[in-house]
Amino acid sequence: MSTVRVTGARKTYPSRPPVVALDGVDLTIAAGTLAVVLGESGSGKTTLLRALAGFERLDDGTIELGERTVSSRTLTVAPERRRVGIVPQDGSLFPHLTVAANVAYGLGRGRRRGTDRRVVELLGMVGLDGYADRYPHQLSGGQQQRVAVARALAPEPDVVLLDEPFAALDATLRGRLRGDVAAALRAAGATALLVTHDPAEAMSMADQLAVMRAGQVVQTGTTRDVYLHPVDVAAARALGEVVTLPATAAAGVAHTAIGAVAAEVTLAGAAQVLVRPEQLTLANGDAGHPATVVSVEFQGHDVLVDVMVGGVLVRGRWPASAEPRPGATVAVSLSGDPLLVVPEYIDSQGIADVGIDLSRSP
Amino acid sequence: MTRTGLPVRRPRPPIALSIGGLAACALVCLPIVYIAVRATDRGWAPVRATLWRPRTLDLVENTVGLALAVSLAAVVLGVGAAWLVACTDLPGRRVLRVALAMPLAMPSYVAGWAWIGWRPELAGFRGAALVLVSISYPYVYLPVLGALRRADPGLAEVARVAGRRPLTVFFTVTVRQVRPAIVAGVLLVGLYTMSEFGAVATMRYETLTRVIYQSYQASFDRTPAAVLGCLLVAVTAVPLVLAVRWGAAGRVDRAGPGAARRRPVVQLGAWRWPAFLAGWGLIVAVFAVPAGNLVRWVRRGSSSTTWGEVTGAFGTTLWISAVAAAATVAIATPVAVLAARHPGRLSTWSVWTAYAGHALPGVVVALSLVFFGVRYAGPLYQRTPMLVAAYVVMFLSLAIGAIQAAVAHSSPALEQVAASLGDRPVSVWRRVTVPLALPGFGSAATLVFIAVAKELPATLLLRPIGIDTLATRLWSHTDAQQFAAAAPFAAALVLVAALPTAVLTRAQLEDPT
Repeated sequence: MSTVRVTGARKTYPSRPPVVALDGVDLTIAAGTLAVVLGESGSGKTTLLRALAGFERLDDGTIELGERTVSSRTLTVAPERRRVGIVPQDGSLFPHLTVAANVAYGLGRGRRRGTDRRVVELLGMVGLDGYADRYPHQLSGGQQQRVAVARALAPEPDVVLLDEPFAALDATLRGRLRGDVAAALRAAGATALLVTHDPAEAMSMADQLAVMRAGQVVQTGTTRDVYLHPVDVAAARALGEVVTLPATAAAGVAHTAIGAVAAEVTLAGAAQVLVRPEQLTLANGDAGHPATVVSVEFQGHDVLVDVMVGGVLVRGRWPASAEPRPGATVAVSLSGDPLLVVPEYIDSQGIADVGIDLSRSP
Repeated sequence: MTRTGLPVRRPRPPIALSIGGLAACALVCLPIVYIAVRATDRGWAPVRATLWRPRTLDLVENTVGLALAVSLAAVVLGVGAAWLVACTDLPGRRVLRVALAMPLAMPSYVAGWAWIGWRPELAGFRGAALVLVSISYPYVYLPVLGALRRADPGLAEVARVAGRRPLTVFFTVTVRQVRPAIVAGVLLVGLYTMSEFGAVATMRYETLTRVIYQSYQASFDRTPAAVLGCLLVAVTAVPLVLAVRWGAAGRVDRAGPGAARRRPVVQLGAWRWPAFLAGWGLIVAVFAVPAGNLVRWVRRGSSSTTWGEVTGAFGTTLWISAVAAAATVAIATPVAVLAARHPGRLSTWSVWTAYAGHALPGVVVALSLVFFGVRYAGPLYQRTPMLVAAYVVMFLSLAIGAIQAAVAHSSPALEQVAASLGDRPVSVWRRVTVPLALPGFGSAATLVFIAVAKELPATLLLRPIGIDTLATRLWSHTDAQQFAAAAPFAAALVLVAALPTAVLTRAQLEDPT
C-alpha cells in the first residue's frame, strides 16, 4: 500500500496531427484509498493508467509510487518492477491457464499451484470458490473479471489499476460486481485507481473522484463535493443530469422564473443557474411557481415530468402514484443551493443553452 | 480511443530480436550474393560466352513456356476445384476438400517417375507440364478456397437478386473477390515451375534447372553453371516483381467481417454428379495414377530391393528433416516476432528477404553453398550443417508465415498483464507467448519437415558423402531406369509426406478464420 503521486505528467503521441493525451496531469491518491478517474473517450484517462502501469513513457512530469519515482522525463521503470496490478477492460485472462493458474501467475515460483493458500483465499474473496480448475472460456464475463481482480491482487501490489473493468458487462451484473470488487480492494488494503466514463460507477465506488478532460484533471474531491460543487459546467455535466435556468443577475442575486439564488456580486446581466433535476420540486397546489405540464414519461418507480415555467422547459420527478396529465397546472419550486451560477454562455452549436440538457438525459 | 483493451506501443524491438532478424537476412542473402560473385570471378568473358550461346535462349524459352502453360492450367483447375468445394452442394465436398490438397504430398520426381514408367512416350514438354500441373495446382486451390470462405457472400447474393445467372455471377463477382488469392497462387506456381528440378529431370525436358545441374556434374569448369544460376534467378525475379506490383494494387478480398453469415450454396442441379465425377477424376488423375503405378512397381520390385536400404534411407530422411525443421523454426522465430509485434522497416525487409529465399531455385542455393563451402568453409563442405543451411534458406518463409500468424493471434495485452504481475520479458515469452503460439510453431515445423523430406536438388548436391535420403536413393535408381528398385523408396517418401500434409490441411480448413 502506498501513496500515488502524479506531478505535471505530459504525454503526446507523435501521430499526424500529434495527439496530446496528458497535458500536465496532477493527481495524488492517498494510500489505501480507491480513486476513480472519470472522463470521456479521449480525455486521457486510459493513457494516465497506462503511464502508471509503465506501458507508456512520459514526455515530462513524474510518477511516484510511495517513496519510489517510477516515471520521469529520463526514467521509466519497467512494468514488471513496479509492483502494480492491472485489471484490463476485457479481463485479458491467460486462455491457456486455469483460473487458479491465472491467479497464481504473479506469485513466486514455489507458490504457483492451485492449492496455494493465497490462491484459495483470493478466489474466496471474489466469490469464486470451486472454480479453480475451470478455464477462462468456461466462465461468464463477470466471472472472468472477478478472476482478473484476484489475479491482480495476488502478488500484493502497491497499487491496483482498473481500466473500465465493468464496461463490457450488462447493467445488473455491473452493479453487483462493483460492490464486490470495491470490497475486495478494501479488504486487500490496496491503493486503487479505476478509470471509467460511467458517472454511476464513479459515484458508487470512489473514495476520491478526479474528473479528467482534454488531458487534464479539472477537479478532484469526494463524489459529494464534485456532484454538488462542480468547478465548471462540464464538470457538473460529467457527474449527472443538469437543468439550466436562465436568470438575470444583479447585486449578488440571480433571479430565475422559479426563484432567486445567491450569485457573485460581480455578476450582472444575463446569467444561468445550474441545478440538479432533483432540486426542482413539483407539487399540486400553489406552494411554488405555477407551471404547465408538457409531457410525462413513466419510469416505474416515478415519472419524469417536463413542465413549462416562465417560458423555460424544465424537468422534475414525481411519484408514480399520482402522475399529472399533460396540460395540468402544477407548482414548481427550487430547493438547496445551485451547482453554479455563471454568465450566459453559448454552446458549441451556437444556441443559448437553456432548460433541459437533453444530451445528458438517462 | 482504446476500446480494445491495452494496445501495444513499443517504440523499438529488443536488441536480441533485431540481431536475430538481421542474422536470418544475412543467411538468406549469402547464396544470392555469392552465386553472382562466383559467376563473375573469372571476368566477364566466360559470362558472355555462356549467355550468348543459342542454347541458352532455348533454355529460357523452355523454362518460361513451361511456367506459363503450367500456371494457366493450375489456375483453371485450382479455382474451379475451390469453387466446387466451397460454394456448391457437391456431394462429399468435405472429404474432397482435403483430398484435393493431397498432391502437395507427392514429390515431383515421384510423380514424374510413375508417369514415365507407365507411359514412356510422355517424356518431354507434355509429360513435364502434366506432372507439374498435377502437383502444383494446390498452390492456387488452397489460397482461393480460403479467400472464398472469407469473402462477403452478400455481393454474390445481390448479383443474383439483380437477375444474373449463377455462372455470370461466378465470373463477374466471385472471381474478382478472390483475385488477390489467385495472383498469389499463380505466383507460387510460376516460381515453382521455373525452379523445379525433379519433374523436368525425370521427364527429360531441358530447362535451366536441369541443365545447371548437368553442367555442374559433367564438367570441371563450373563457371557456366554459376552463370546460368544467375540467369535463372533473374528469370524468377520477373514474376516476383510483377506480383508485388499487382498484389499492392489488388487488395480487395478483405471485405469486412462478413464471416458470421452462412454462405449460400449454389445448387448444381443436374450438374451435381458430373461435377462430382470431375472432382474425383482430378484426384484420380493427379494422385491415384502415380500412386497406382507406385504400388505396381513395389510389388514387382520387392524381390530386387534390400529393405535394409529402405529403412536406412527412411531413418535418414526423418532425422535430416527433423533437424532442418527445428533449425528453420529457430531462425524464423525472431523474424516472425518482429513482423507480428514490431512492424517496421527491419521486419519488412527480413520477411521479404525470406520470401526471396523461397523463390530461389534449390539448384542455385545448393550450387552457391557448394562454391562457398569449397572456398571458405572447407570443414563444413558436404557436412550436415551446410545441407541444413540450404534448407533454412529455401524454407524459412514457410516457417515465418505460420509463426507470425500465431504470434499475432495472441494478444499483446496478455503480455502486458503478465509484465505488470512482475514477470520478466523472457519469462513472459516462455509462460504466455510461446504456449499460446504453440500450434503455429507446430504447423511451421510440419511445413518445413514436408518440404525438406521432398527436396531433391539441394540434397543431391550438398548431402554428406555416404548419406542417402529417400529422395536421393530414388533419384539414383530412376537415373539408371531401375523403376522397380526405386518403388519402395518412392512409396516410403509419399508416406512420410502425405500424413503430415493431410493433418495440416485438415487443421487449416477447419480453422474458422
